[in-house]
Amino acid sequence: MDSSILQKRKAMIATTHFGVRSFKSRLFFSIVLLFALITISIVFLIIGTLVVKGYHQINWSFFTQVAPDTFDAMMANASGKIIPGGILNGITGTLLLVGLASVIAIPFGIVIGIYLYENATKRYAGVIRDISDVLQGVPSIVVGLIVYLWVVVDITKGYSVLAGSVALAIMMLPLIIRSTEESMKMVPTTLKEAAIALGTPYYKVILRVLIPSSFSGLITGVLLAVSRVLGETAPLLLTTLGNSSVNWNLAKPVSAVPLLIWQFYNDPNMVNLIWSSSLFLMGFVLLLNILSKWIAAKKSIQ
Amino acid sequence: MAPAASILSIEDLSIAYDRDKYAVKNVTATVRKNAITAIMGPSGCGKTTLLRAINRMHELYPNISTEGKIKLYGDNIYEMPTIELRRKIGMVFQRPNPFPTMSIYENVIAGYKLNGIHLKRSERDEIVETTLRDVTLWDEVKNALHKKGTFLSGGQQQRLCVARALAFKPEIILLDEPTSALDPVSTAKIEDLLVELKQHYTIILVTHNMSQAARISDNSMFMYLGELIEYEDTKTMFTNPKDPRTEGYLTGKFG
Amino acid sequence: MNSDKITKYILFGASLLILVVAGGMLYSLVEGSLPSFRVFGWKFLVSPEWNPTQGDQHFGALAFIAGTLFTSIFALLVAIPLAFSTSLIVAEYFRKTWFANVVSTCVDLLAGIPSVIFGLWGFYALRPFIVSIGLSHQGFGIFTAGLVLAIMIVPYATSLSNSIIMMVPNELKEAAYSLGATRLEVIWNVILPNARSGITASYILAFGRALGETMAVTMLIGNANILPKGLFSTGNTMASVIANEFGEASGVHLSSLIEIGLLLFVITAIINATGKYIIKKFA
Ligand SMILES: Nc1ncnc2c1ncn2[C@@H]1O[C@H](COP(=O)(O)OP(=O)(O)OP(=O)(O)O)[C@@H](O)[C@H]1O
Ligand SMILES: [Mg+2]
Repeated sequence: MDSSILQKRKAMIATTHFGVRSFKSRLFFSIVLLFALITISIVFLIIGTLVVKGYHQINWSFFTQVAPDTFDAMMANASGKIIPGGILNGITGTLLLVGLASVIAIPFGIVIGIYLYENATKRYAGVIRDISDVLQGVPSIVVGLIVYLWVVVDITKGYSVLAGSVALAIMMLPLIIRSTEESMKMVPTTLKEAAIALGTPYYKVILRVLIPSSFSGLITGVLLAVSRVLGETAPLLLTTLGNSSVNWNLAKPVSAVPLLIWQFYNDPNMVNLIWSSSLFLMGFVLLLNILSKWIAAKKSIQ
Repeated sequence: MAPAASILSIEDLSIAYDRDKYAVKNVTATVRKNAITAIMGPSGCGKTTLLRAINRMHELYPNISTEGKIKLYGDNIYEMPTIELRRKIGMVFQRPNPFPTMSIYENVIAGYKLNGIHLKRSERDEIVETTLRDVTLWDEVKNALHKKGTFLSGGQQQRLCVARALAFKPEIILLDEPTSALDPVSTAKIEDLLVELKQHYTIILVTHNMSQAARISDNSMFMYLGELIEYEDTKTMFTNPKDPRTEGYLTGKFG
Repeated sequence: MNSDKITKYILFGASLLILVVAGGMLYSLVEGSLPSFRVFGWKFLVSPEWNPTQGDQHFGALAFIAGTLFTSIFALLVAIPLAFSTSLIVAEYFRKTWFANVVSTCVDLLAGIPSVIFGLWGFYALRPFIVSIGLSHQGFGIFTAGLVLAIMIVPYATSLSNSIIMMVPNELKEAAYSLGATRLEVIWNVILPNARSGITASYILAFGRALGETMAVTMLIGNANILPKGLFSTGNTMASVIANEFGEASGVHLSSLIEIGLLLFVITAIINATGKYIIKKFA
């Protein structure tokens, strides 16, 4: 090798500033750490705000009484008492809406998920999978708009539980399809092949082998889907509107916890109830999240 | 081993991954310049740990502790900036690992790019060509310089990785079982290359393959349970091992 | 017919539901938009005027399209440093340590917080703060809404990036370290080029989320049906104008809101399809 080039190269290498470079590297790390700390402190701030402002309104009547009217709330505020009443109409409404949505979305989601798993390589299945992915990205307000046109206008002729549930079901469906397909993929194919080799009918292979052996994955997926729609507000505004009393009639409007939060937010007298309702809602959502993670983790250890 | 020809001296080096669990214990040795030194020993005896300690790559593991010194031309490497040290002591790994997002050309000069050194076009071309010639890869790839390095065969990739380490003109090249993932023909090419390269570089080679050590190395270390049991010129060690454990290893009793 | 065939038909039949739902959505949105389209035509897209007053009605979506893009792009620009940093902390700097666990759990929690609660927090905590440091009079507007939106999309931007960064082979990083690179140089020259398309895709998907977010934005953007004049201006997004005015709308007004819904549907579908395509193709 030409030694002059070699000399030049060594000189060049010597001029790279070691100190500057490692300083830059450490500086970058500090900035990254700072941003990450900002992110996690926001989480603590939000949760902390809810807990601090919301906990003293959570009592027995919070769960057993319907939301107060604005006059009662105003009187309570004026005399410095806590606002009477609770969010029973919201809790029952949320349970009803999410329950009915699950009844619609879970069977369809699982069956479609199984279809995609069984026909993984087919072009048509690929199209269905892509469309399902697109559905998952449709903004919830647009889902609400569509269900308004389908159910509120054409079927129940007014805001209703059914409309709200259909909206939530449409949002749950792609999540359940995806998680079903993913958890079926985890089932060892030998298990399925063994059953088929024994001449077991196809539906029994599905019911006795595929579903039981991917059960915890299915549950995790369903819980995550439920926790995803539990706090949805926008689509419910367009489909179930709200209700000041408890309602079990599927053709009638119903309230929901997130709808009540929205309602309290728009009523200056109700401010104190906002925080307790939000704390309750968030606690519920996080509980489901943790539960699903726990089931998933327990499964993966086995 | 005359001290005048030595380049590296390891002085009472001990390394532990966890407290009190030593992977390398009290190793003292002097490495000769422009020679091939082989490190042998059964699996888990600390060869890789010792090798990585020489360019401080072992410090990438958390909680590792190092005692003792390694001196390069008399300077303690643990007091140098790692950047400077690694420029002087290059490394080739067990499995060929060219950067998949870079072309063959870019892989050769990757060291310059990573260290933020800007070269003129002509300088880059010059470095790429001479280095690829040094590793006998030039004729095979000169028409495909801008293809991804990952398209090459395993043996070619490994020579590319040697080129990447050489482009910086290091003093020492460390190789950790560089041929264990290669076929016999590619292995032979790498061995020839190493013998060729020792004229300009000092080579330290970890190998499991005793005949490889016998073929190409000038000196051999035998390690056992973290200790350096025997360090001789290769011919002596293979014909007349002093320690029974060395003899046991060389005759295939363990490892 | 044997039972296996019936089972297969049932599975296939269920899959049609997806086509029906997706096709039905598009159909209903198009049909619902027709009355508005007949009156305003393509000018709907470029007119910033939105006037629901009876007798003087005129509808154009430009103010909301601009408001949506402005808010979402600002949110993305704020979210990227946060998301990128958390990804590096979780998947590189503190990989597999308790601290990485804490950070990723926090980001998961963030994903679980309902939109309306983000809105409340923005309204009662962030907005007064913005007012107090004098950035804005009322605290409503693109800036406030965008900040909250940024926090909301961080989990979407990180979840995929984390796993992509984790997948960069250790051997490549070691090769770079052995050539003398600093950690920053390894991140820049090895991790990023290898993870680039996956990271890009996750930011695109996060952007898609931002476009359609409703409640938090509605509560913070000020709901002014005007072209936003700047970062601290009030405005309205496509999603929030639907949420705000849907209850009282009828006739052409309703149809115009549906047309905005159609636009939002098409834009988010394109953005999401792009993100998914990049993942499939490159990651
Ligand atoms: N990252 C690590 N963390 C903890 N212990 C380690 C780590 N790497 C290696 N060890 C331990 O250190 C000892 C020496 O390992 P080292 O990899 O140096 O051996 P080796 O001689 O290179 O083995 P092989 O021939 O299998 O490559 C072993 O007992 C090993 O279990
Ligand atoms: Mg080893």
